Amino acid sequence: MSSTRQGTKLVQEVVYVDGVRTPFGKAGSALGGARADDLVVKTFRELLRRNPSLPPARIDDVAVAATTQIGDQGLTLGRTAAILAGLPVSVPGYSIDRMCAGALTAVTTLSAAIMAGAYDVALAGGVEHMGRHPMGEGVDPNPRFLAERLVDPEALQMGKTAENLHDRFGQLTKARADAFAVASQEKTAKAFANNLLQPEIVPVAVRNADLGWDLVSVDECPRPGTTIEGLATLKTPFRSHGRVTAGNSSGLTDGATACLLASEATADELGLIKKMRMVGFAFAGVEPEVMGVGPVPSTQKALDRAGLTISDIDIFEINEAFAVQVLAFLDHFQIADDDPRVNPLGGAIAVGHPLAASGIRLMSYLAKDFENTPSARYGITTMCIGLGMGGTIIWENLASQGSPA
Amino acid sequence: MSNESAVTKISSVFVDEVVTHAKLRILELPLGAGKLALITLDNDQDHTRPSTFGPRGLASLDAALDEIALTQNIAAVAITGKPFIFAVGADLSGADLIDSLETARAITELGHRVFRRFGELTVPSFAYINGAAMGGGLEVALHCTYRTVSTGAAGLALPEVFLGLIPGWGGTWLLPNLIGPTNALKVIITNAMAQNKQMKPNDLMKLGIADAAFEPADFLEQSMRWTAKVLLGEVQVARPEPDRDSWDDVVNAARAGLEVRLHGATPAPYVACDLIAGAKYRTRDEGFTAEDDALSVLMMGADLRASLYSFNLVNKRARKPVGVPDKSLARPVTKIGVVGAGLMASQLALLFVRRLEVPVVITDLDGARVEKGLAYVHGEVDAMVAKGRLSPDKGNRLKALVTGSTSKSDFADADFVIEAVFENLEIKQQVFAEVEAVVSDTCILATNTSSLSISKIAQNLKHPERVVGFHFFNPVSVMPLLEIARGTKTDDATLATAFAVGKVLKKSCVLVKDAPAFVVNRLLTRFLGEVTRAVDEGTDFAAADSALDPLGLPLSPFVLLQLVGPAVAFHVSETMHAQFPDRFYVSENLRRLVAAGKTSIYIWDANGKPSVDPDVAALYVQGPVQLSAEQVRTRALTALAQEAKLLLDEGVVAAAEDIDLCMLVGAGWPFWLGGLTPYLDRTGISEQVNGKKFAG
Repeated sequence: MSSTRQGTKLVQEVVYVDGVRTPFGKAGSALGGARADDLVVKTFRELLRRNPSLPPARIDDVAVAATTQIGDQGLTLGRTAAILAGLPVSVPGYSIDRMCAGALTAVTTLSAAIMAGAYDVALAGGVEHMGRHPMGEGVDPNPRFLAERLVDPEALQMGKTAENLHDRFGQLTKARADAFAVASQEKTAKAFANNLLQPEIVPVAVRNADLGWDLVSVDECPRPGTTIEGLATLKTPFRSHGRVTAGNSSGLTDGATACLLASEATADELGLIKKMRMVGFAFAGVEPEVMGVGPVPSTQKALDRAGLTISDIDIFEINEAFAVQVLAFLDHFQIADDDPRVNPLGGAIAVGHPLAASGIRLMSYLAKDFENTPSARYGITTMCIGLGMGGTIIWENLASQGSPA
Repeated sequence: MSNESAVTKISSVFVDEVVTHAKLRILELPLGAGKLALITLDNDQDHTRPSTFGPRGLASLDAALDEIALTQNIAAVAITGKPFIFAVGADLSGADLIDSLETARAITELGHRVFRRFGELTVPSFAYINGAAMGGGLEVALHCTYRTVSTGAAGLALPEVFLGLIPGWGGTWLLPNLIGPTNALKVIITNAMAQNKQMKPNDLMKLGIADAAFEPADFLEQSMRWTAKVLLGEVQVARPEPDRDSWDDVVNAARAGLEVRLHGATPAPYVACDLIAGAKYRTRDEGFTAEDDALSVLMMGADLRASLYSFNLVNKRARKPVGVPDKSLARPVTKIGVVGAGLMASQLALLFVRRLEVPVVITDLDGARVEKGLAYVHGEVDAMVAKGRLSPDKGNRLKALVTGSTSKSDFADADFVIEAVFENLEIKQQVFAEVEAVVSDTCILATNTSSLSISKIAQNLKHPERVVGFHFFNPVSVMPLLEIARGTKTDDATLATAFAVGKVLKKSCVLVKDAPAFVVNRLLTRFLGEVTRAVDEGTDFAAADSALDPLGLPLSPFVLLQLVGPAVAFHVSETMHAQFPDRFYVSENLRRLVAAGKTSIYIWDANGKPSVDPDVAALYVQGPVQLSAEQVRTRALTALAQEAKLLLDEGVVAAAEDIDLCMLVGAGWPFWLGGLTPYLDRTGISEQVNGKKFAG
């Protein structure tokens, strides 16, 4: 029995049932003609098709994340996407913004409601169409930020915060970053070659004014065959003679993700497949100008609260906004750059990073990792967040038979 | 003729073609099913200008198919449209400019040559009907091996017969061979002749036209997934062979039904019937050639030209009435008064509240009549809620907006008061005087009179400039025409407001001068007068009543008389006779019929077949002169030609187009007549009677 009454509070376990995503496109390219809300709608409908035993009216809430909540990413996306997807009008929805950790936060916020006994089933999503909504579109930072030196002037440009990380940790060289990036491309290519990632992708019809309708089924960002030598020639756009390049960072990306969460009891009742159980989560802040180090304190906090240590974690899905930021995390926890437990299927450097959508992409990768590694018990999904934050969720593997229940 | 030279030749006719481009993509199907060549039909305009096929568009589609033929390893070909639109058929912009049978035939052959390629590829073809698919658009889909339809698609029809054509780019051969003659007749003829009735996506599924339906949110994605499953053999589509044994009987029954209704008045439905009959035994080549033969002849025919003319009047002139003051002069209308609570007044109250959604007050001297009027409106609203045409909330809103009173003081804050009381000048003058005593100086006073003078009704008022004629046709909710009559003192603001209200009421408004019976009733009264005169002189009822059959009118004269009501018709004929004694006939037999309380010449048997009521026959006193049906027809048409000319000479309407529009939407006269005057012109009657044609 996964539900117990404590006083008047009902405490429920949260399970991750299923996750899907659109193909990830280069900003404004393959998915350029699609609306962001439509991308979310396609993922919702596919999730419902793949889980036919779930009556849609059982969904208690829908949360959708976007960083730039303007136009087709505005208008309370969780509600509008639910209506557009044909969910019953009785299913409510709302929007979430925690920049890159939007979808991650949609999952933790909905999960918290499930844990508290308020919800049984929830739908989380994230989208970023960076072609239609470039980073920083329409922002109006309060002048006090700079006047009172509340943040470093470079804190709002993510590439510059990555350069700052190289400054802070001298051992994080460009060579290590490039090597990590090459490995990410190789792992991604191998995962696609083994058909590990295709099943989570929902093909999307996209119209181009000149070429008519297309069916986009594959990711556009990966660059298989990337070499150390090739990366060495790339420009460092954020700083002359810097270390951060297009090759060792994630590119500007269009895409959407969605996942289905449920209380464990409801998943059992409806016959939903339970892939992962949420163990705990945490968010933490750091100085905005070195936002990339955010996953270190958020992970430590999550481990502490769960009564676990870093050595209990068998698989790490860490977002690769920048190679240097992953390396900072690995160094802190004394994990090798090429540790096979880290991003086994590759990461954002290869597949792309549609900001607020990426959190759920990490979860669908972790679910696949768990399936591939039945011996693994715990894994984490973690990512750095603009303005100096990190977010971490610890998950328990339910994919293998005989795993501890 | 090669495609290229045909395109060049026809393109010179279709100078204003908005070209629908066939945009081609080669993409990977899901499930590893192979490569799909996907054509998107797109005229680069938004959905308000749907994609159509002219010669350049057909050439573009042909070129896309050429390119596909040169591409290796294609597993399937598919065709779809821009958002909300698949394709809505032939570009008709140049259709009435085609001046030779050779050009007409070149167009029909070109369409066949391009479209049939979808049915003759080495791989299966799929039509993804994402939105409106009419005429040639639906025919392209029929040429494909398989069809999917979006459950959100609106505008699905083969409307050709409605316009005097046939679905002759493959439709008359492909459709009956796909779904059988019974359903093909329904789609091609019955629907088209029922005011171009559209099909719903579910109808396409039920009829067997579409093989799969998907919701619009991911229609194309699911259509392509379905395509992959068909190619992989995971989905099989049943194609039941139509029953060929009953084929002839079915078509013969349909042809007999047409004869009863049309009496050969217009060729297109008959031609369609013949082609569907032939589809039973003709090969594909023979079927398409038969379509070329038939369609090219129809394209050169008068009925197509008249139908296109009618189509433009109804869709363009009716929306932009001629001679109307600028709409900026219109005053807001936030409350309506209706004087009278009889059936007409109650229908008006219902229409105003439904369309304007403002308070409507019904008044009558008699409280019981007010209650009855209110009950009618509430009952109609409840019925619409019960049928799902209105939400319960909207029903509550509308019912709350309609109130009744026995005092006209409730009109005090109304902006627009319409009267529908008994057709008597003194009564109407008195009613308006009472209304004027309570309303503001600018409140519009509208009269639904059908035969009285607007100016006379207004003459004793302090503000006669606010009076306007607002003449509806029965039943008010169905008949689209609204004749808006300007009195001698009616000012521009009043007229502009009247037209603004008419537009919100969704009526086809025509500006008419204050003249007896305006347009439709004047023409119909004159015409009925000639038929009743012939009977009074000695022609038998049947010969007189069938005299107009060759026009294919919606109602024969005596059935029309029954619908209008002999008492009303007689009253109007007397009124008109008083104005124009030389031309308008008052039938003493009709007077006797009304006095006897008879409501029709006919009695109707259980099968809906009429025969002359023996009581009526006994009442009638007939003379010795028996006219043939043709002679009666000549008299009636001569009278119409004369009266139409007088309407123009007197300036009752601005142009013959207005007369035709009135007959189309007010009397329901057929598209193929062009309303009235094109028919009078092409039969030579205009020249015989007036010395010249109405047109040009």
